[in-house]
Amino acid sequence: MNETSLRPTEIPQSGSRWRFLLNELKPKSRFLTPFNIISLPIMLLGFIIIVIRFWKGLGSVTNLDQMTPWGLWIGFDVVTGVAFAGGAYVLTFMVYILRMETYRPIVRVTVLNGFLAYLFYAGALLLDLGRPWNVINPIIGNSFGTSSVLFLVAWHFLLYMLAELVEFSPAIAEWLNARKLRRVLAGLSVGAVIFGITLSTLHQSGLGALFLMAKGKIHPLWYSEFIPVLFFVSSIFAGLSMVIFEGTITNKVFRHLLGESHEEQHQKIIRGLSRVCAMAMFAYLFLKVLDLIHGQHLADLFTAWGTWYLVEILGFVVLPMILFIQGLRTDNSWLLKAGAVFTLVGIILNRLNISVIAFRWDAAVPYIPTWMEFVVTLAVIFTELWIFRWIVQRMPVLKDSPLFAGEKH
Amino acid sequence: MGLKRRDFLKTLGVAGGGLLGADALAAPKATAEKKEMYSLLIDISLCEGCQSCEYACAEINNLPDPEGYPEVGEIRKLDPDRFTVLNAFDTSKGEYYVKKQCMHCNQPACASACLTKAMYKTEEGPVIWRGDKCMGCRYCMLSCPFDIPTFEYDSPNPRIAKCRMCFEQLAEGEWPACVDNCPNEAVIFGTRREMLAEARRRIAVNPGDYVDQIYGEHEAGGTGVLYISPVPFEELGFDTEIEREPYPEYTKGFLYAVPSIFVLWPAILLGLRESSARKEQPVEGEVDHE
Repeated sequence: MNETSLRPTEIPQSGSRWRFLLNELKPKSRFLTPFNIISLPIMLLGFIIIVIRFWKGLGSVTNLDQMTPWGLWIGFDVVTGVAFAGGAYVLTFMVYILRMETYRPIVRVTVLNGFLAYLFYAGALLLDLGRPWNVINPIIGNSFGTSSVLFLVAWHFLLYMLAELVEFSPAIAEWLNARKLRRVLAGLSVGAVIFGITLSTLHQSGLGALFLMAKGKIHPLWYSEFIPVLFFVSSIFAGLSMVIFEGTITNKVFRHLLGESHEEQHQKIIRGLSRVCAMAMFAYLFLKVLDLIHGQHLADLFTAWGTWYLVEILGFVVLPMILFIQGLRTDNSWLLKAGAVFTLVGIILNRLNISVIAFRWDAAVPYIPTWMEFVVTLAVIFTELWIFRWIVQRMPVLKDSPLFAGEKH
Repeated sequence: MGLKRRDFLKTLGVAGGGLLGADALAAPKATAEKKEMYSLLIDISLCEGCQSCEYACAEINNLPDPEGYPEVGEIRKLDPDRFTVLNAFDTSKGEYYVKKQCMHCNQPACASACLTKAMYKTEEGPVIWRGDKCMGCRYCMLSCPFDIPTFEYDSPNPRIAKCRMCFEQLAEGEWPACVDNCPNEAVIFGTRREMLAEARRRIAVNPGDYVDQIYGEHEAGGTGVLYISPVPFEELGFDTEIEREPYPEYTKGFLYAVPSIFVLWPAILLGLRESSARKEQPVEGEVDHE
């Protein structure tokens, strides 16, 4: 209510809707901010590299080779990015299915983050496809490779993006002051949520199942027939840690959009999510230990790869779990935030270990991404953040919904 | 007489089949109609490393002439311009040459990995690649236990390149180019059944000249290319750790779980939502405000 100039209820009625849209396209904040100064050159450079990639082929900008067909763009952008986007399905489960109203204020921003993550990180997949013009084949073609895990994952990405768009759509309707449309779209929410959670369960685990056929190529400490289950369980605390992390930053950057009671509410939310994280991590650790014993790879722990494995498990699963528990006991939100950051690093390590680092661990020349692969990855992330900023400055994501929407969103 | 007797048995069979159900009859008929898969048999003891196969392969596939020659200590790799290569190995019984190309698995990991069926196991046995379907995701490369498919990293219109067992030639009744051009008949061609029988015959007749193993009989669930060798296969750079199960089996469990989750999850979620509703607040009314 404090930022009345941003309220969409102030829009003049239909007829001048185009003028409203044109007006909304204009930037709403200062242009020369540190974020813009850093991100713009990287986005520009990334764009140039992408042009070279489509002009001269993947080999001209990446270090991929015949033995390592998937690199940073798949391992980080897609496999890690999707795990980070898992917060949306966990939160919609908590709010729409279990009706935990405490978390309702952050559902919209989390769903938006999830949607943009899928749009951009799955979109980054197109950069990695050798023949992207055929990307439509598994969707409309007459050649459905139904025996492929990737077929399932591709369809789920597409359908889940639609589900998240439907979940978020009431915010767009509120922004456009389309009252009737909002009623219709809001009525679809629960269906989209149920569909979305089902899809997420399957493709979060499906991303792990992609690597099941690479038996013998992934170091035995990381290869497991339980990869799908491990990916699913870890996506719960990966997604929620991302929600904690993003929420902390959003609270600082977009403070002017948030109501006064928000800070107190946010602390409560962080505590609740940390509790879920700690529990999920405990279950994950239990599965990991079971898998280690079941796979009879204990001897491998005493090799260099074993040390690296222990760094991942002890440093970035056990430690953040302890940080969460300790933070909850002492009511210290800094410990909780640190726990979230360590968890996120751990997820990056785990996903990259399976898809890149411990993949072909025995190769004579290991794959190391080029600087250009890193720049493109950063450019994708920055572009997503630009779109995110554009949306939250306009639509009721962080700020309250207009009065006609009834309750708070 | 004989005919009549056969007719009688047929009638009996149909009657019995009727009792067993239609499936019992249909199943053996379908397998009988299925073509037998073609296969290559490579006898490592006969290969002299002349590279005729490499040149023939390059010619028929419009690839540049092969570079280099097999030399002990150097491993030549498949690449988009080489669908088959020879490598030399120093073994306990002297120097031998090994021809490498696609194994044309009975149940190929690459084909089951392909989400557009671009990588395709033909009825005749060869595993082929179809460019009009392929999106270039390279999941076939990730999945192949033998690391066969290669990708044109330096092309804006890249292809997945690998041996197709001269699939187009087979349709015209001709042999694969490497078989046709091998002066020593170190690589021969026929149905998989014939090739397995021939391999067994050679091992049985000259037990001293071969190790008692046909590489490809069980590897990765059985492959369309079979090898017999005078020395243990691990001395020749073969991956002997390869699983005996067909690789698509590893994803089967996951894929089978998908339909159950699709049925169970929405039902459970809906049930949970209903049961978490507060009694005084009707569910319908609340949905409107979300």
